Amino acid sequence: MSASRRTTIISSLLLAVCLLGSALVLHRLDHIRTRATLQEVLYVSSPKVLKRLSLGYDGLLADVYWTRTVQYYGNKHHTYAENYDLLAPLLEITTTLDPHLTVAYEFGASFLAPKPPNGAGMPDRAIQLTEYGIRNNPNDWQLYYELGFIYYMELKDYSKAADAFERGSRLPNTNPFLKILAGRMAEHAGDIATARMMWTTAYQTTPDKDIRANAAAHLRAIQVDEDVAALEKLSAIYEQQTGHFPVSFSELQSRGMVRGVMLDPLGHPYKLTGDGRIEVREPDDLPFIELGKPLGYVQKTLKIPPVD
Amino acid sequence: MNHRIFHIATNTFREAVRDRVLYNLIAFALLMSGAAILVGQISFGIERLVVINLGLTAVSLFGTVIAIFIGIGLVSKEIDKRTLYTVLSRPVRRWEFIVGKFFGLSGTLVVNTFFMAIGVFAALLYVSRHFQKTDGWILVALYFIVLQFLMITALSLLFSSYSSPLMSAVFAFCVFVIGSFAEDLRGFAAMTNGFTRWLATGAAYLVPNFSALNVISVVAHEQPVSAQLIFYNTAYALIYATMAICGAVLIFEHRNLK
Amino acid sequence: MAAIEILGLEKIYSVGFWRKRPKRALHPLQLKVEEGEIFGFLGPNGAGKTTTLKLLMGLTFPTGGSARILDMEINDPRMKAQIGFLPEQPYFYDYLTARELLEYYGQLSGVPAKERSRKVGEILARVGLSDSANVQLRKFSKGMLQRAGIAQAILHDPKVVFFDEPMSGLDPMGRREVRDLMEQLKHEGKTVFFSTHILSDAEILCDRVAIMNLGQLRGVGAVSDLLSSVRGKVELVWQGTVVPAALRALGADCHVMGATVRAVLSEKDQDAAIEALRRERLRLVSVIPVHMSLEDYFVEQVKPAQAKAGVSA
Repeated sequence: MSASRRTTIISSLLLAVCLLGSALVLHRLDHIRTRATLQEVLYVSSPKVLKRLSLGYDGLLADVYWTRTVQYYGNKHHTYAENYDLLAPLLEITTTLDPHLTVAYEFGASFLAPKPPNGAGMPDRAIQLTEYGIRNNPNDWQLYYELGFIYYMELKDYSKAADAFERGSRLPNTNPFLKILAGRMAEHAGDIATARMMWTTAYQTTPDKDIRANAAAHLRAIQVDEDVAALEKLSAIYEQQTGHFPVSFSELQSRGMVRGVMLDPLGHPYKLTGDGRIEVREPDDLPFIELGKPLGYVQKTLKIPPVD
Repeated sequence: MNHRIFHIATNTFREAVRDRVLYNLIAFALLMSGAAILVGQISFGIERLVVINLGLTAVSLFGTVIAIFIGIGLVSKEIDKRTLYTVLSRPVRRWEFIVGKFFGLSGTLVVNTFFMAIGVFAALLYVSRHFQKTDGWILVALYFIVLQFLMITALSLLFSSYSSPLMSAVFAFCVFVIGSFAEDLRGFAAMTNGFTRWLATGAAYLVPNFSALNVISVVAHEQPVSAQLIFYNTAYALIYATMAICGAVLIFEHRNLK
Repeated sequence: MAAIEILGLEKIYSVGFWRKRPKRALHPLQLKVEEGEIFGFLGPNGAGKTTTLKLLMGLTFPTGGSARILDMEINDPRMKAQIGFLPEQPYFYDYLTARELLEYYGQLSGVPAKERSRKVGEILARVGLSDSANVQLRKFSKGMLQRAGIAQAILHDPKVVFFDEPMSGLDPMGRREVRDLMEQLKHEGKTVFFSTHILSDAEILCDRVAIMNLGQLRGVGAVSDLLSSVRGKVELVWQGTVVPAALRALGADCHVMGATVRAVLSEKDQDAAIEALRRERLRLVSVIPVHMSLEDYFVEQVKPAQAKAGVSA
């Protein structure tokens, strides 16, 4: 075999081996460094400095940081984390670099405000962020909606929520819903129907997958709360009529109270315990429910199924 | 075999020196001195931080520029000037030529970095009057920077083996920028689907990943660097550089010289 | 053993953006050069001389055919250790001095360290560069660069030396020196293969020559043989300005020059021509056999093909 042939073969083989090797080592490096990558965020925690450093390419850098934010949240979420320390700085940096990145404000409202493990538990920061967004995008009705959302959901400050919705409703090209929501705040703030309206709007108006999944999960929880409340009422009536609590749907059906087996939003039938309580069969899959939790159930995980 | 590689490497080093590459050290020295004095005057509590950040970043950037600008000419210059004719008519194998060039430029960069390191430590001493135990980690940061140089040199050599200096410079610069954001590229890739995801992930792994080698901020904040990271980074840089050199060897082996 | 054996070496380039048109730089070449001879490789520009040399040096790869030097493969390092090469218009590392350049090449050629400085000094003296040994090559004149090129080609005492246009850039003194050097190399038992388009040098130096044109071999052989094959012409000179019809009929090439006429015709017609002149009572001045020079032979070989290719000679 000529020397040239030999050289070609050896270097080709070596190249292939190294290609594989570099990918493997890189993989390993990722594991070592998952926390490290984002620690650096703390080192340049002044968004203004970062903006200056970006040499005018802030748009691109904003996109980069937005990607990191989504990854960060995703990683934390999957490990059912108890704190999301870097979420606020990441969002602040992203929006400083690109103040018109609406989805970042929506993300903040959905995940910065709520308490762990669903979010960072920083509603005040979320409000700060959204107000900053409104200053930079005064004609974007979406942001007023987000502001009202935060006041309503986390701080339960209905008058401030109404205020925000009102401001948003006065914009040209606004979503007509804002007027309705502003109105409802006054009297029916605590209603389930209002909550449902809020989450439905959230679901319909955002393109972001995580926000939609979150909204869908909340809507399911509202449904469960309604169903469980209704079923427990019917169980009480049944007990009054027959002297014992129902243990199957056929019993209720025989009395004309239900039309058949009632299913929860995930398709599992509700469980009728013998003592008048109604429970869901898979509480792990239904985060955010208030009613219907089995006795002694402690939510250990936070599973939000994705939407397609 | 080995002695020819050694002689080619030494000659490459000599060429770099006589092309006045090492004059960049003067610019660096001026920069560091100026910064040290300025920072020393202001004394606002983060002098060490600034000196280390600035110093190491400058080492990295200066060296990268040298690696690219000399690297891209390593082969193409010899082909254009036809100095290769008299070299390859001797019992020098083509791959020995490539490897020799690599070691020559790498050696130049190591020497350059060595002098720059002295400059950084001198500036550090000036602003803070004493050294701390954690300053040892600066050496690790410098080591990682050298690893980065090895990768860039190998890549520039690869481009040089088939492309003109102008195109090579463009490629090398693009690759450097992409490599600095390689982790984010992989993040982007993870958010796509199907064929795009496959393609993007492939590109993200193929591109040199420099993020892992950049521990400047870490060291500036006096944090340690794990032994595991040192080991894997060394492995990655060496494997990657070898890969690029193999590519250069393959291309050069079959190239018709004009 | 033949020093150089070229067995059907061929080179075709692809020219054009979409790689459509193939361009033949070298038609399959068969050539053999014996040890110890000075072999001239002649031809006009673009004849394929440099292409052949690059193929032999392994700088470009043949499209077909092969070659052996000292009965070894082209890319064999053992073979390369025994050859020297001077490229056309060489350019060297201009940041090195002449001595450093030769030291470097010596290292690459495997000249043992102990002998290297001595050999470098000797070679520098031999090519007349001793005074400029420590001057950087960027300050060298063209002639000095050529000498440096020759120096690096013979530094490691190779058995076969390849020169591409060795006389280029040299003044007549320099050319004389190079010619003498090549003779010396032959006396040392080396084989010299050089390409040139200065035919007078080839005529003086070469044992054998090959003539190339447009990538093809047009003739090869000992100089004297080539020239003798076109011998057989005589030149007649007579007084007066009359050219007898009979001479024209013989196909003589006649020129009137002042008071005499010169006519060149083949030797076999010599008697008939002299007879024709006598009949006309023209006074014959001289009858001389014509020597064809290599240049004539060259032009004769090259002209038809050039004309065919639409190139003016």
